[in-house]
This record gives sequence, C-alpha cells and structure tokens, in this order.
Amino acid sequence: MKEAGEHPTKKMSESDIVNAVRKEFPDGVTIGGLAPRRIFARADRFVFYKLCQFLKDQLSFEHVSCVTGVDRIDRFQVVYHISSYQNQCVLEITVDIPREEPEIDSITPLWGGANWHERETYDMFGIRFRNHPRLERIFLPEDAQYFPFRKDFKLRGT
Amino acid sequence: MAEMWINMGPQHPMTHGLWNLRVKVDGETIVDAEPVVGYLHRGWEKLTENRMYPQIIPMSDRLCYGASMSWSHLYCLAVEELMDVEVPERAEYIRVIVLELQRIASHLMWLAAYGTDLGLLTGFVYAMRERELFLDLLQSVSGARMTYNYMRIGGVRNDLPPNFERDCLRTLDFFEKKLDEYEQIYDKSAIFRLRTEGVGILKAADAINLGVTGPSLRGSGVRIDIRDHDPYSVYDELDWDICTHPDCDCYARYKVRMDEMRMSCHIIREAFKKMPDGPVRVKAPRHAPKRTAFARVEDPRGEALMYVIGDGTDKPFRLKVRSPIFVTVSAVPIMLKGYKVADVPAIMGSVDMCLGETDR
Repeated sequence: MKEAGEHPTKKMSESDIVNAVRKEFPDGVTIGGLAPRRIFARADRFVFYKLCQFLKDQLSFEHVSCVTGVDRIDRFQVVYHISSYQNQCVLEITVDIPREEPEIDSITPLWGGANWHERETYDMFGIRFRNHPRLERIFLPEDAQYFPFRKDFKLRGT
Repeated sequence: MAEMWINMGPQHPMTHGLWNLRVKVDGETIVDAEPVVGYLHRGWEKLTENRMYPQIIPMSDRLCYGASMSWSHLYCLAVEELMDVEVPERAEYIRVIVLELQRIASHLMWLAAYGTDLGLLTGFVYAMRERELFLDLLQSVSGARMTYNYMRIGGVRNDLPPNFERDCLRTLDFFEKKLDEYEQIYDKSAIFRLRTEGVGILKAADAINLGVTGPSLRGSGVRIDIRDHDPYSVYDELDWDICTHPDCDCYARYKVRMDEMRMSCHIIREAFKKMPDGPVRVKAPRHAPKRTAFARVEDPRGEALMYVIGDGTDKPFRLKVRSPIFVTVSAVPIMLKGYKVADVPAIMGSVDMCLGETDR
C-alpha cells in the first residue's frame, strides 16, 4: 500500500484539478470558486456519480470528509466535502435535487467513509441514496414517520 | 457451532458513553459486528438554527466534554470564515496553546479509560491525576473545568491570566517526567502488550477508504494531520512533527497518542516563545452574509469539520458537524472481525469514543 502523503505521483494544484474536471465534464459541473486548498463546485445529480468516480480514480481524492443535506425549501441540496491527501485539497460539491423526488446515487461503493453520512442524511432529510448498501435510520427509531431537519418540521417552543 | 448475537451496552463499562455494540460470535470468535448509535441524539444541528451565532458557542462546548475547547474553536473558525473576520495574531497563539492543553487533557482521559478497560487501575488513577493539572490551567484561563466557553468569534474571551506562562511551563516540565512513568506502567506491562499488540488491525488502505482520521489513522502509518495538512491558526509557523506508528494495531494507536502528548508540550513551549503582544479579540458582525463556509481542524480524535450556511440573519440557516468518531465507529466492524470477545474492550477502547459528538 502506498502511503498517503508520500504518494510517488505529482501533486496537482487547485487549478490543475479544476482544468481536469472541466475537460472531462464540459457539461453538468460548474466550478464556483477557488481558494488555497479549497475548490467549490456544483454538479448535476445525473453526472455526480461519474464525477466522483473520476475524482477517485484519476485525481486521487481518497477521503470523504463529510456528506450532508440542506433544505432550501424549494429544493434539497446534498453537500459533499471530498478531500485529497495527495493534492492537499478539499473539494466541496453541491448537488441540487428536487423536493418531490429526493434521490441521488450513493457514493458508498466508492468510499466506505460515506456510508454513515448518507444514512444520517436519509434519516434527517429523507433524501434517498440509490445503491446504498443499507439505507436505514441511524439516529431515530426505525418507525419514525418524520424527517426532523426539514424546515417544515418545527421545534416546539420556538 | 451456532452463531449468536451479543449486545454489549447500551451501557457497558467499556463503551464510555451510551451506545450499543452488537457482536455476532461463533464460539468466542467475532464474525460480525454492528455499532448502534443514536441513544444520545439531541438534534444539535437543528437546535442551532434557532440561536444567534454567539449563543451557539456554549452549545458547541457540549459536543464533547473531553475536548470542548477544540469544538468551540472549530465553530468560531467556521463562522469567522463565513463572516470574513480576521483574528489577531496573539489570539491565534493563545488558541494554539489552549487547544494543545486540551489535546493533552483529552488524551489523558483516554489513557485513564484505556487503563480501566484493560485492568490497569494504576494507569487510570495516575492519568486522571495529571489531567487535573491541565484542567486547572484551562480553568485559570476560562473559569470552567470542562465546558470552557472561552473561544469567541474574532478571537478569545480574554487574555491569559498573570503567571499563566510560568504555571503552564512548570506543569509541562513535571508532566513530561510523568509520561516516562506511564511508559513504565503501560509499555513495560506484559499484559498490556499482549492485549494490544497485533490486536484490532486496521490497515492503512482500509483506514483511508473508511474515512478514519486522527490517531487511529496515524496508528496505521498514514502521515496525515490536519494541523499540518490543511493548517489553521498559526500551526504553519511552528516547528513540529506528525506522530505516526506503522503497526496498525491497538498498541500503535496508544503509542501515537503518547507521542502526541509529548509533541503538544513542544508546541506549547514554542508558541509561548513566539507569541506577540496585542489585542486578543476583534469585533465580529452580528449578521452573516448569504453564503456558505466550512472549516476543519484536528480534534484530539481526528478530523472535525463544520459547514455553515448564512442567510443574512443573525442565526445560521444550517450548521452541519462532521465528527471524527462518528466515522471511526462506522469502521469498527473491520477492526473487530476475527478477534475474540475478550479483545473487544482493547479494540473499542483504542478508538477513544465520545458519544456526545458522535450522536450530536
């Protein structure tokens, strides 16, 4: 096993990564901004899985830091923070999904670390992840009929 | 032989919190395992949506009482990124000092707990005794022993108290001698070595793929530490090393934490030498702009990340916490399979669980 951080291949800069992504995905992926060690992107939900595959296989993004959902009221968003140990860089990907069909491909087959994050997002927002090995409630009881992090779920006393 | 499921917990002495580990055994051998979390879920992220930005600081302390300084720091860092607030340099140095004190205190609590898991009661008493010294230091800074409420958006609450540097350096000198003593108790104990060496193997490739971070990742020989890899505060101006160990077992994770405590002492000394004079806090706006931001830090337990969305008001629209142990716990089945039931406390203890941050 090659040790991360001591990878023999060359480290890519943020703009190299952006150029590679733009070349591979002329449609469906928009780069929103760049900062030192940070890239911000938006992706279409139908190219998202392919983008992740490309990130993992070609650009050595080895680690999923975080997956989460956001309820934007008119739509849902799934936000991914995927980082590369080799390139010292975090890529934030925001994917919009419609409220009436909250579904997106799971990236657990690529990175095992996304497993519980996706389960949590399902638990709290009701966003379904296709091909997830075990999409079940994680924090709430199995028979809970609500998704508490949606904005229409009101806390008592507020 | 017939296989069966055993429930360890919700409140098992080894679990250090409220959770349930289901292990499937064939005789005494573990063939499958399933951690069950959620007993402590408080809806932390939802609660923040009804509070103003400064009101969330004391809440972030409660994410993990073992490392509360680190969590409130992360929260402030994320909000500073959101609001574009520049922190004065002296405050950054103070942050590094208190964060490293917190790291030592947290690792000591782990060491003590690990001692009890493996029947080393002396280790428990000694480590808890020295932890008090660090809690005293943090108390003199903030007034509280565990939930400090010391970090502020734009700096820290107040400057270090008089004589803090002297007290702190004395404690470090004393503590470094004590670290040698712990090695007599832990390293030289044949039982401790037998129960931890070659047990709970987590290979580097698995650790990376499963998103494991912190001492558990470095115990698998991977040289990744956010303080160096994605530096924040003034860590890039200090001269220090990442502690790793190549053996991938429980002993390696123990060794990494011991080395990290020594390294924290080194970092604190250096920070005192380089710390400039000046203000420790700047005024921060009450309202955040309509944008998103995230920050990540090396918590004592691994990579912690907060993602915050501002909507122009004085309350966050959404605040997401990525806790290191949440991910590490999801990876424990791979560390448990193939070992005996009696190895479970050794393996689970080496992870350094904190259920407050796992369930949020």
